[in-house]
Amino acid sequence: MAFYVAQFLTGLASAASLFLVASGLSIIFGVTRIVNFAHGAFYMIGAYIAFTLTERLSGAFGFWGGIVLAALAVAMIGIIVEMVLLRRIYHAPELFQLLATFGLTLMVEDLVVLIWGPDDLVGRRAPGFKGAIDFFGQNIPSYDLFLIVLGPVVLGILWLLFQRTRWGVLVRAATQDRDMVAALGVNQKWLFTSVFAVGVFLAALGGALQIPRDAVHHAMDLRIIVEVFVVVVIGGLGSIVGAFVAAVLVSELNAFGILIFPKISIILVFLVMAVVLIVRPWGLFGRPEAAARKTPGLTVNPWRPLTPNERLAALAALVIAATLPLFAGNYALTVGSEIAIFVIFAVSLHFLMSVGGLASFGHAAYFGLGAYGIAFLAKMAGLPMIVCLLLGPLLGCLGAAVFGFFAVQLSGVYFAMLTLAFAQIVWSIAFQWVDVTGGDNGILGLWPSSWAASPPHFYWLALGVAALVTIALRAMVFSPFGYALRATRDSTLRSEAIGIDAKRIRWTAFVIAGTTAGIGGALFAYLKGSVFPDNLGISLSVDALVMVLLGGVETVSGAVIGAIVYKALNIWLISQTDLSKLVLGGFIMLIVVVFPKGIVGMLEMLAQRRKKASPPASPLLAKPIESAE
Amino acid sequence: MKLKVEGLNSHYGPAHILFDIGFEVGEGEVVALLGRNGAGKSTTFRSIVGLVAQRTGRIMFEGKDVSVRPTHEIVREGLGYVPEERRIFTDLTVEENLEVGRQPKRPNAPHWTREKLFALFPNLGEMKNRSGGRMSGGEQQMLTIARTLMGNPSLVLLDEPSEGLSPKIVEQMVDAILTMKKEGVSIVVSEQNLHFARLISDRAYIIERGRICFGGTMAELDARPDIRDAHLSL
Amino acid sequence: MSVAPPLLAVEGLTKSYGGIHAVRGVSFSLRAGEILALIGPNGAGKSTCFDMLNGQNKPDSGHVRLLGEEITGRKPREVWRLGVGRTFQITATFATMSVRENVQVALISHGKQLFNLFGSAPKFDRGEAGRLLELVGMGGYADRPCGELAYGDLKRLELAVALANQPKLLLMDEPTAGMAPRERVDLMRLTAQIAREKSIGVLFTEHDMDVVFEHADRIIVLNRGALIAEGSPAEVRGNPQVQAVYLGEGLVYDARHREGASA
Repeated sequence: MAFYVAQFLTGLASAASLFLVASGLSIIFGVTRIVNFAHGAFYMIGAYIAFTLTERLSGAFGFWGGIVLAALAVAMIGIIVEMVLLRRIYHAPELFQLLATFGLTLMVEDLVVLIWGPDDLVGRRAPGFKGAIDFFGQNIPSYDLFLIVLGPVVLGILWLLFQRTRWGVLVRAATQDRDMVAALGVNQKWLFTSVFAVGVFLAALGGALQIPRDAVHHAMDLRIIVEVFVVVVIGGLGSIVGAFVAAVLVSELNAFGILIFPKISIILVFLVMAVVLIVRPWGLFGRPEAAARKTPGLTVNPWRPLTPNERLAALAALVIAATLPLFAGNYALTVGSEIAIFVIFAVSLHFLMSVGGLASFGHAAYFGLGAYGIAFLAKMAGLPMIVCLLLGPLLGCLGAAVFGFFAVQLSGVYFAMLTLAFAQIVWSIAFQWVDVTGGDNGILGLWPSSWAASPPHFYWLALGVAALVTIALRAMVFSPFGYALRATRDSTLRSEAIGIDAKRIRWTAFVIAGTTAGIGGALFAYLKGSVFPDNLGISLSVDALVMVLLGGVETVSGAVIGAIVYKALNIWLISQTDLSKLVLGGFIMLIVVVFPKGIVGMLEMLAQRRKKASPPASPLLAKPIESAE
Repeated sequence: MKLKVEGLNSHYGPAHILFDIGFEVGEGEVVALLGRNGAGKSTTFRSIVGLVAQRTGRIMFEGKDVSVRPTHEIVREGLGYVPEERRIFTDLTVEENLEVGRQPKRPNAPHWTREKLFALFPNLGEMKNRSGGRMSGGEQQMLTIARTLMGNPSLVLLDEPSEGLSPKIVEQMVDAILTMKKEGVSIVVSEQNLHFARLISDRAYIIERGRICFGGTMAELDARPDIRDAHLSL
Repeated sequence: MSVAPPLLAVEGLTKSYGGIHAVRGVSFSLRAGEILALIGPNGAGKSTCFDMLNGQNKPDSGHVRLLGEEITGRKPREVWRLGVGRTFQITATFATMSVRENVQVALISHGKQLFNLFGSAPKFDRGEAGRLLELVGMGGYADRPCGELAYGDLKRLELAVALANQPKLLLMDEPTAGMAPRERVDLMRLTAQIAREKSIGVLFTEHDMDVVFEHADRIIVLNRGALIAEGSPAEVRGNPQVQAVYLGEGLVYDARHREGASA
C-alpha cells in the first residue's frame, strides 16, 4: 500500500512541471491563438540556463535565485521572439504559426548543443530539500513534496491574476476578440507581449525546477511538448484548471502505467485520451473551438483539372524524369528514388491538408508504419517483394484507420496536436518494444528482389509508383468525394446541412492519405534496406509539412514541386553541414514569414497578374473579406 | 469641427473599397451614414479607427491628425467605436465587459460611470454578474454601447445599431442615442433603416460603392426622393 | 377516417439551458405551400426553436413531425435527407468553390455519390445545377468564385443549395438580415414564388416587419420561450400583447404596416 502511495506522490510531483508548461501554453494560445510549439524549447532553455546559474551561484540563495533568474532570462528571450517573429505572423493561418514555432524549436536544439554540448548534465540538489521522508518504509524525496505544494499554489496565483486584476480581465477579453480590445483603447501589442512573457516564464520555470530531479539534455523539448499536447487535449486548450487536472491525470497514468505495462506505458495515457475525446471532444474543461478563423487571401480561384496542354506538359516532364538512368550514376539515381518516394509522401499529406483542411503534424506515423509493415512481412513472414509492397502499406492504412477515427473528431489546432501525439505514441512503441521492432537498432537487411535491385530499376519503380499515386490522388480531388471533402473544409455547418457526414468523409480521407503515405514508406524501406524508429519520427512529419508549404498549400500540384525542391535541398544540405537543424529551422521560418504562398502559389499569382494587369476593384468584395477577418 | 474626414481611400488586399470618402461631424451632432450592404459603411468606420491596414487620406479628430495612429491611441483620444454584430466578450460578465472599456476621465467629454450607464440602460443594471453569452441580442447591443461609453468618448461611431433587433428594442435604442446626444456626445451612425435614422439624425450622408454621393440635412434628403430611391433602394 | 398529417407538426417543444427555459412547450403546424413567419424579441428562443427543427439542437421534450414521421432529435444531415432544406442567418457557403460547384456538392450528396472516388465532379449534374441557379436568378454567376459574391447573391446561392434536394420544407433563419431593403423584397418575393409553385412549406424568422407583414401567410409570435400569438399578419399586428413585447409603437418600420395607418 505504502508503495502505491509513494508512487502516487511521485506522479503528483511530476505533474507540477507539466502543469507549469501546459498552463503557459494554454495562456499563450488563449490570447494569441498560437499553439506555441517552441514551448518545449523554452522549457529546455530554462533548464539549461538554470543549470549554469545554479552551478555558478553558491548557497541556497544562489540556487533559488538561479532558478528564478533563469526563468526571467528565458522570459526575456520570449519577449524578443514575440516582437521579432510572432508579431509578423499573428494574422497567418494557424498551421503557419505552428510551423514557425517548430522552426524555432529546431534551431534551439542545435544551439543548445553548440553552447552546452551533447552530453546529459546532472544538476545540483535543491538546498533545504535534499533529503527524503520515510513513509512506511518508502522514501519520498522532500523535493517532491515541495513540487506537490507548488502546483496548486501556482494555480491559485494564476487564478487570482486572471480573475482579480484588470490585466487579467483584458487578457480574457483579448482571448475572445483581439481587435475589439484594441478598439476599446487597449494597446494590444503590449498585452500580447506580456502574455507571451508570462507563458514563457512558466515554461522556463517548469524546466528550471526539473534540474534536481532529472538530467538536462537536448531532447527534453520534444518529450515535454508531446506530453503537454496530450495534457491540453485532455484538459481543454485555454483552460488553466483543465491544464492542472490533466497534468495530474497524465502524470499519475505515467506513474502507474509503468507498473502495468512496463514496456509501453504510454498506451495507458493514449487509452484515457481516446476516452476523453469521445466523451468530451474539447477536453475536460475546454469549450468547442470557435469557428476557425478564415485565412485572409485564401485562394479565391476555384481549382480546376489540368487542361489538355498541361497534361501533355506533365507527361513530358515524367518522360524526361524517366530518362535519368540513361545519363546519371547510381548515387544520383538513389537520390532520385528518394525524391520520388517523398513526392508520394508529400502528395498524401497534401490530400489531407489542402483538400481536407486537416493539417496532420504526425503524418510520418503512417509512412513509418508502411515501412515497418514491409519489415514484418519480409523478415518475419519471408514474403516476396511484390507481395510485401502490396500488403505492407496496409499497416499504414490500419494505423490511419484507428488513429484517424479519433483525430477526425477534432479539427484545427486540436487535430494538429492530436496527430502529433499519436505519431509520437507510435514512435515510442517502435522505440520501446525492442522484442518486436528491434528498438533503436531497427530492422535491417530488407533488400529488394532482383528485378528491382539495380538502381535504375528501383528508380523506375519509385518513379512509376509516384506518378500513379499522384494521378490517382489528383483524380480524387476532382471526384465527387473530393468535392465533398473540400465542402467539409470550407463549412462544416453547411455540409452537415446538406446531408454530408463530415466525420466519415474526413476519416475516409485520413485513411486514404495514411495508406498512400504507407506506400511511400514501403518503398523507402526497400530503398534504405532497413527500418528505424526515425522513419516515423516528428522530424519526418515536419519534412512533409514543409514540402507541402514550400510548394504552396493552396494549390493542387504544389506538393509535387515542393517535395522535389525540398528533398533535393535537404540531401545537399545534410552533406554540407552538421548544423542542419539550425539551417532547416531558419529556412522554415523564412518560408512562413516571407514566402507563405509557396513556389506554385507564387507562380500562379504571377500568371494571374499578367492575365489581368489591373484587377477591377469591386466594392462588392468588401463584405466577404471583412467578415473573413 | 469634431471630426473631419478627407480623401479617405481604403483597400483590402487587391480590392479598392473606399474612394475619396469625405465628411464632417459638428460638435454635438448626430450624423447618419446611409447605404446598402457592402456600400462601405463599416469599412469607413474601421478605417477611421485604424482597423483597416491599407488606408490613405486625412482624418482630423478635434483638430488633431489621427490618420496614421494605431487603433488604441485613436480611441484614447476620445473617439469611441461600436462595431456591427455587437462583439461583446461573451465569457466576461457585464461588469467585466465595462471594465475592458474603462478609460480615464476626459476634460472635454461627458464622464460616464457604471451607475450612470445602468440608469441609461436599466436592463444592464439588473444583470451585472451575468456573462455576456447569456444575454439576448438587445441586451448585448446595449452592453456594447455602454462598454464604449466607459471610455468617455466625445464622439462615437455606431455601426448598424438597429440590425437584428426587434422593433421595440430599436425604439429603446432611439431613446438611448438621443440621451447620449443630450449629454454632449457627437455621434456618427451607420444605418440601412431609414425610419430609424430619421428619428435620431441631424444630417445624413449616403455612401454607394465606396463613394459619398449625397450629404445634407434629413429634410434635404426627404426632399430628394430620387436620390433616396436610387441609392437606398427603398 | 384519418386526416392527412400536416407537412410540419411541432408539439410541446421544450429546451432549457442551465436552468433557463429557452423554449417552453411550443406547438404549431405548417401546411405545404404555406409561408409561416416566426417572430419575437431577441432572446425569445427563436433560434433555439429553429435549430431544434432540423436537428442542430436536441429538445428536452416535445415532438417534431414531418408528414407524420417523427424527426425529433435526428441529425441535421438525416433531416435534410427527409426533405428539409435550410439557410443560415450568417450565410454558410463553400467559399473556395465556384457558385456552380456549391450547388453540385448538394446534388452529389442528394445523389448519394459522396464516396465516389473516381467520378468527375465538375461534370456532375451540370444541367440541374444550372437550372437551380437560373431559378434563383444566379445563372450568369455560375463560374464565379463564391468568395467574391455580394451578400445578397450569397443568400440567393444559399437558396439554390437548399432547393437541391427538392425539399418539402424550407427553414430560413433571418433570410434578409444584412440586406438592403430592395434586396429583401426581391429575395422574399422569389422565395414565395418558388414555394407556391413547388408547394414547399416555408418557415422563416425575421426582424424586418416590412418583410414579415408583406410575405407571411401566417405569423406565430414567441416571447420568453412560449408562443403568445398566432394568426394572420393583420391579427398579429393588432394584438396588444405583441405590440407591448415586440412591435413597440411601430416607429421603425414602414408606415403602411402600422396598425390603423391608412396607406
